[in-house]
Amino acid sequence: MTRRSSWLEAGGRIGTLVLAALLGALLALPLAGIVLRVTPSALLQQLAEPTVRQSLWLSLETSLAATVVSLVLGLPMAALLATREFPGKRAVEVLMDLPMVIPPTVAGFALLMAFGRAGLLGKSFSALGITLPFTTAGVVVAQVFMSVPFLVGAARAGFAAVEPRYLDAAATLRAGEVYGFLRVRLPLALPSVIAGIGMCWARALGEFGATITFAGNMAGSTRTVPLDVYLLLQENLDSAATLSLILVVMAAVLLAGMRQAGLGLFAPPRAPRSAQAPAR
Amino acid sequence: MLRAALKHRLGEFALDCDLEAEARATLVVVGESGSGKSSVLRYLAGLLRPDQGRIDLGSDCWCDTERGIWIPAHGREVGYVPQDYALFPHLSAADNIGFGLRAAGFARSEVRRRTDALLERFELTAFGQQRPSQLSGGQQQRVALARALALEPVLLLLDEPLSALDVETRHVVRTELKRVLTGLSCITVFVTHAPMEALLFGDRIAVMEKGKVVQTGDRLSLLREPRSRYVATLLGLNLLAGRVVHRGQGSEVTLATPRGPITAAESGAGDELFVVVSPDQVTLSLDEPGTSARNVLSGEIAEILPEPPYGERVRVVIGPAPVFVAEVTAAAVAQLGLAVGQRVYAAFKATSVAAYA
Repeated sequence: MTRRSSWLEAGGRIGTLVLAALLGALLALPLAGIVLRVTPSALLQQLAEPTVRQSLWLSLETSLAATVVSLVLGLPMAALLATREFPGKRAVEVLMDLPMVIPPTVAGFALLMAFGRAGLLGKSFSALGITLPFTTAGVVVAQVFMSVPFLVGAARAGFAAVEPRYLDAAATLRAGEVYGFLRVRLPLALPSVIAGIGMCWARALGEFGATITFAGNMAGSTRTVPLDVYLLLQENLDSAATLSLILVVMAAVLLAGMRQAGLGLFAPPRAPRSAQAPAR
Repeated sequence: MLRAALKHRLGEFALDCDLEAEARATLVVVGESGSGKSSVLRYLAGLLRPDQGRIDLGSDCWCDTERGIWIPAHGREVGYVPQDYALFPHLSAADNIGFGLRAAGFARSEVRRRTDALLERFELTAFGQQRPSQLSGGQQQRVALARALALEPVLLLLDEPLSALDVETRHVVRTELKRVLTGLSCITVFVTHAPMEALLFGDRIAVMEKGKVVQTGDRLSLLREPRSRYVATLLGLNLLAGRVVHRGQGSEVTLATPRGPITAAESGAGDELFVVVSPDQVTLSLDEPGTSARNVLSGEIAEILPEPPYGERVRVVIGPAPVFVAEVTAAAVAQLGLAVGQRVYAAFKATSVAAYA
């Protein structure tokens, strides 16, 4: 080995380790800051606070509602995108991905422009007696807007990855398209769908910008945990830390659980599960 | 009675084939990979739509492009066993077998009853609750067959049903499959690349080459009278075209072929004849043989190919083109010290030559 290349090898190895450690520290230290801030007794004490419990419950309710709505609206879209070609499909695909990259405050503003009193549908909605802005329902709408792309994306990939040979076999066994979808495509794509549900829920739980813009920040009706944390920063650091810790732990448990089950975007890569390998 | 006439163009590849098959009989479509034989099954199953063509089953029309008739797969009474079986990995063996019955709307109890009967018939009762991945290759094949037969189809389509199996299993399963197919009242179309399977299973055999059926017949007519070098090669036979130069006693005939004169003990009429020699009728030697064999030709060894599965038989390909193949034992190859490039003499009797127009 030449002198130069041995320097390159040694330097490269050390450099890699240092930079990786740096990134690890960048992500871990803030979390450690939260964890160290919260003592077990403080945690219990904070959990007894009515305002803390209020925002926790509100977050759970709205994020679960948003996940259910996303599932009901997202699966048919995912199925269409995975199985059909139609004019304007590209545009629909971009539309479905857009919420993942636009700033949440912009999303919230856009929701106001659509469903606010002065918005596109505001008049028709108020005529029907429906009000979304600054309501709990508005929180759910904001969360759906921001989190449904994760569900559509994961489910779509799962549906598309189902090998056509299984659907062909189903078709020769009297299964029409819908029956084949329900009994073959959906069950075979279930891991992806579940991963999508997990990602969708996690995203809804953490939603901040669109919520505060569209639904406001009202205790009891629209103040979810992320909003509460932001507010508590100025008043009560211990409460902020407790709520943050709860969110972090929930997210970590969700991700770890999905990894354990081999699900999702963040699951470690592994050999494609050969559904059945006939002996060769 | 199945009648199918199909035309389809896919880029460079043009498929144009006519097939007929009788009830209670097996039609084997044999050809090399890429000959279009799997596509034929997919048209028959309703999974692919031909550009042009008709498919009739008895009085039912499943496809007629002229009249705009197209029954999709789920509306046809077919049973389809794809090459890798495509058993549903998320369902147990029993649920795989019962899938079609449930899709067709049978009551749960009826599905159960028929599934149990099929499990028993295919000796799978002990494995009903297992997932396909837990089953051996042979068991998977039986599940696939039971699943395809559950709805008692009028047309059973088998795509290389033995190719996914290892050599040891294939032997056993082949016999088993033959027994099952013999007892069926439906029409069976069996696709394979293996001439041996074609000869074993085919009541009628259609040979496909590059999207076209080049010859159809029962096994004897195919073995006796391959119509092209391709068919002969596929069946593992030597085929030479020859011109009659001498007619001797009885129907004995001597022909001039590209590999020299060949005498056949019997022949059909005509001046231009095909000569077929089965490779296992040929003996090899290093010196010109002085034996009773009437026919001797010589050339350099172009290839030495051990025959699957065990290589105890060896195909010795003797050049130049058109090549001539001798099938001898591995022991004989070793004893003679045969090697590529060596000059050998191939001898065979006039009685092992078939000459026909």
